[in-house]
Amino acid sequence: MLAMSLNLVVGFTGLLSITQAAFYGIGAYVTAILLTSFGINFFLALIAGIIITGIISLAIGYVLSKFNGDYFALGSFGFNIIVYSIFLNWQSLTRGPLGIPGIAKPTLFGLDFSENNYFLILVIICAILVYFLSEFITKSSFGRVLKAIREDEKAIQVFGYNTLFFKLTIFVIGAMISSVAGAFYASYITYVDPTSFALSESIFILAVIILGGLANNKGAMIGAVCLVILPEILRFVGFPSDIAAQMRQVTYGLILVLLMLYRPQGLMGEYKL
Amino acid sequence: MEILKTKGIAKHFDGVHAVDSLSIGFEKGKITGLIGPNGSGKSTLINLLTGVIKIDGGLVVVGNNEEIKRLLPHEIADYGITRTFQDVHLFEQMRVLDNVLVVLTKRNVFASLFETHKKFHLARAEEVLIKVGLWEKRNELAKNLSYGQRKLLEIGRVLAMQNGFGDDSDIFFFDEPFAGLFPEMRKIVISVIQDLKQKGKTVILVEHNMDIIRELCDHLIVLDSGKLLAEGLPQHVLSQKSVLEAYLGE
Repeated sequence: MLAMSLNLVVGFTGLLSITQAAFYGIGAYVTAILLTSFGINFFLALIAGIIITGIISLAIGYVLSKFNGDYFALGSFGFNIIVYSIFLNWQSLTRGPLGIPGIAKPTLFGLDFSENNYFLILVIICAILVYFLSEFITKSSFGRVLKAIREDEKAIQVFGYNTLFFKLTIFVIGAMISSVAGAFYASYITYVDPTSFALSESIFILAVIILGGLANNKGAMIGAVCLVILPEILRFVGFPSDIAAQMRQVTYGLILVLLMLYRPQGLMGEYKL
Repeated sequence: MEILKTKGIAKHFDGVHAVDSLSIGFEKGKITGLIGPNGSGKSTLINLLTGVIKIDGGLVVVGNNEEIKRLLPHEIADYGITRTFQDVHLFEQMRVLDNVLVVLTKRNVFASLFETHKKFHLARAEEVLIKVGLWEKRNELAKNLSYGQRKLLEIGRVLAMQNGFGDDSDIFFFDEPFAGLFPEMRKIVISVIQDLKQKGKTVILVEHNMDIIRELCDHLIVLDSGKLLAEGLPQHVLSQKSVLEAYLGE
């Protein structure tokens, strides 16, 4: 879900956003706070998270719309750090580095999703819905305009398109989808703390879509599967335990360098950065 | 009747007057040539009139005396204005067909999400791509086209263009559309421009080839250092001593 949401922004619209973990975190924290402090239903908390993330991303997106290219990436980078700092320092709300434990699993009309298998089914259903939503958006005329913005914003403007509205809309949609992923993450782990939503997470999501393929929704899913499974495969390589974590980062980095050199559009991508 | 005119329009870059209090007009249904030496302000004028760069002073008057001090690029379509660029601007990593279809899309965000009438769009795209000889290339990525084909695709795109009310564009700016084209491709562009005139459209043509200017243009405007040097019938203007000195170096 996270990869597909970022692919809408980076792959289809060409906005090099490095702030997706912030929206993922906002969704997770809103869910965590509403579930632990107010005891409301998971799905209501999820909807609240979507709305709050939408409003925040609208404001952030508007500010970022003043920038282009590398400056946009740097600005989004800054927003991720700001949001991370808020998670870390607004202790009365987020409990800072202590995090929020005891987040409940979803229930709906008597159905209890605390069992991992049921939870998995629920997440898969949501991921499929997000996939079809992304396909609907990117196959529509709106999606074609997004690609044109990515290719040449100046040219598409003179054909009558106010690109600010298109960019803001997709940025907000991407953020809202990320917040759904955050809500599921919080409920699955039953605990959130700021370290899960740091800049490195945004870079990881970016790596996922570059590996899977920019501007391809299936590519985003394949990239996610590859990079999530990769650490498990690396366990069998037998790196010494004290350097195993670092070697994982080295492997990610190496994959990205090789991709940029030999297949910049990723495994299934339709667009080269 | 003048469909588009400027009143003392000005643009300067770091103290250099690229367009200097220029007042000119473009007749409806005519082909107006815009010539001048390099740096005379032709492309800057087009960029001003299409909102790509900001106007520093003066006014633009469109159609029924609507005076505009500030044009934004996404607004020009509503005035029925469209353009090509001197350096071709295509959507490189999109198919040739999509390069045309995209300008037919509804301009409202939500309307474009739920757009219908796609058959009409395809028919229109097919019509213009056949006209510019690129229908066979419709599934190629734009970046794989030759230079001449790229120019033709850009021209096809402006032909497909419609204003905000679903009508064809009225004013076409072509910025050096013949540069780098083979003779066969030149014939296509000449035919496109003549067709536009027959349909009563207004064409503003920036061109350095005087044979083409003589063949196509009804009216000629010569710029030099951002100012109007001469204007009138092409055969008269091109024989003026000041024009020959400034532009042709004779």
